[in-house]
Amino acid sequence: MLKRLFIILLLSVPMVGMAASGGTSMKTANVDVSNTASLQRGARNFINYCSGCHSAKYVRFNRLGADLGLTESQVLDNLMFAAERPFDTINVAMPADDAKRWFGQPPPDLSLIARSRGGDWLYTFLLSFYEDKGKTTGMNNLVLPGASMPHVLWELQGTQRVVYRTEKDAAGNEHEVFDRFEQASAGKLSAEEYDAFVLDIVNFLEYIGEPVQLKRVQLGIWVMFFLLVFFLFAYALKKEYWKDVH
Amino acid sequence: MSSTENQGAGARLLAWVDARFPLTKMFNEHAAEYYAPKNFNFWYYFGVLSLVVLVIQLVTGIFLTMNYKPSAADAFASVEYIMRDVQWGWLIRYMHSTGASAFFVVVYLHMFRALLYGSYKPPRELLWIFGMLIYLVLMGEAFMGYLLPWGQMSYWGAQVIVSLFGAIPVIGDSLVEFIRGDFYISDITLNRFFALHVIALPLVLIFLVVAHILALHEVGSNNPDGVEIKNVKGPDGKPLDGIAFHPYYSVKDTAGLAVFLMAFSAVVFFAPEMGGYFLEHANFEPANAMKTPEHIAPVWYFTPFYAILRAVPDKLGGVVMMGGAILLLFLLPWLDRSPVRSIRYRGWMYKLPLALFTVSFIALGYLGMQPATPVYTNLARLATFIYFAFFLLLPWLSKADKTKPVPERVTYHA
Repeated sequence: MLKRLFIILLLSVPMVGMAASGGTSMKTANVDVSNTASLQRGARNFINYCSGCHSAKYVRFNRLGADLGLTESQVLDNLMFAAERPFDTINVAMPADDAKRWFGQPPPDLSLIARSRGGDWLYTFLLSFYEDKGKTTGMNNLVLPGASMPHVLWELQGTQRVVYRTEKDAAGNEHEVFDRFEQASAGKLSAEEYDAFVLDIVNFLEYIGEPVQLKRVQLGIWVMFFLLVFFLFAYALKKEYWKDVH
Repeated sequence: MSSTENQGAGARLLAWVDARFPLTKMFNEHAAEYYAPKNFNFWYYFGVLSLVVLVIQLVTGIFLTMNYKPSAADAFASVEYIMRDVQWGWLIRYMHSTGASAFFVVVYLHMFRALLYGSYKPPRELLWIFGMLIYLVLMGEAFMGYLLPWGQMSYWGAQVIVSLFGAIPVIGDSLVEFIRGDFYISDITLNRFFALHVIALPLVLIFLVVAHILALHEVGSNNPDGVEIKNVKGPDGKPLDGIAFHPYYSVKDTAGLAVFLMAFSAVVFFAPEMGGYFLEHANFEPANAMKTPEHIAPVWYFTPFYAILRAVPDKLGGVVMMGGAILLLFLLPWLDRSPVRSIRYRGWMYKLPLALFTVSFIALGYLGMQPATPVYTNLARLATFIYFAFFLLLPWLSKADKTKPVPERVTYHA
């Protein structure tokens, strides 16, 4: 009977893998928040390329340093450029009103972006900027068409064009669909290096979305172990008492 | 030697208390001398588990309240403060958010048990009514609690559900304004939902749970055979098929509790978002009255009723059907006219409709999460039809059903 209870409770937990994502085909980011070196690089990339416009207002520098294995002086020298105190959060100097005038809307805070959008989405987004002369920034994004964000990393990636192919639908009408990206101009990084650079950023965003996540899983293993032992004793006690019941 | 002295002191203290308060009397009445049928199976864990989840919610809720700020300006940030800066805040918050879903898991299974074994049938009608009231209050409690994190889904979910009251003729619009306390979901709404969530509804809930347990202990527990164990008593006046709740069921439930806590902890520690079903992705974005999310879906435990609402083309009709779907459950003791309680002794005219009803309810739950495409809407209509047909045909089907003879004693294999 207890076996059945266990099975049904497990069955009531089956939706973990069923997370819904967007319609366009997403690349898999394979984020790994236990990769500290990647998180450190991601923090550097984030501070250098993202934090000029995007805040991460729930993320404290000293917590970041402690979680990423950095000393306070390392954090001060490499991540904190304004005269900030170690317990400050990652704020943005750009006034929100200006941001709204320049971009149409202030760039969103990125503390929780990985939890609302998901790592795969962010990864694909950062790889999907392409040349579009019709846009003010000269760039558009396949994942978020009409994105007001310019391609901040163009110097590293270079620029790419979209190559379309024609497909017929069931009714015989022809449609232009995305086929692939084509490098238009070279950047400072190779395609592989750029992928890795972006992955580090996504990994970092995944971490700041829930800084405790590694510790949570580690603690969870001990909790499960305790509960298992507790169950064995409780079950033995039950067996002992129920000997009287006929 | 000192232990006997201590025992003596303990016994004296107990006697002192018992002379002034019915402590031992109550303990015996509700535990040590409460005789429960010995043939309880798997389905009989979920009552006690609901009680455990209630305690988890009350305790974690108290600690959350210490750091949560019920204002539109600070609510979202205060939840993140709990998640990042408060010692063990993340654990308390995840226990509370997982607890909300766990509550509905155990309550739905607990209610299904009643459908399987006819636990609502006389003399347990009032017990069932108290239970249904608990379910109703629980839905209100969960709905109001969901607004508090002040994320996009909190905001727009509340917007959709509250606006449903607007479908009521004549008073609808003023009623919606009365509930919100404003012309839209605002700081004022958040504040009153907070008050109702942390004090008003929990008080009602605790009162109803006490009433539910008192009613249960008055009439005695049903069992998988639907046999009334009080009908066959031994020379000592105790039911022959009954065993004392304490220690027999207290130890058995402890083992069951351990299994439940393993499933609960698996979610809390390894999948607190449950892939977006327990904590929806859109709710990690702060509430924005200017930006409607593409797809608004309530949390999974409301989706069966949400699917019924959407299945009806007319808004008022949908609200009436949704309310009716819950109201019909209240009437179950009077709709079921079968001479037997348990499904073990019923015929196909109950078994088949119950199976169809169960499938429809789960299907509605799934459809309520999906966008309302024409195919899905038609499926939801079919499932809604089956849902209502189950209740409305029950008086005739249960009467016409060919039942098997019910034994005098419960079936039990040690």
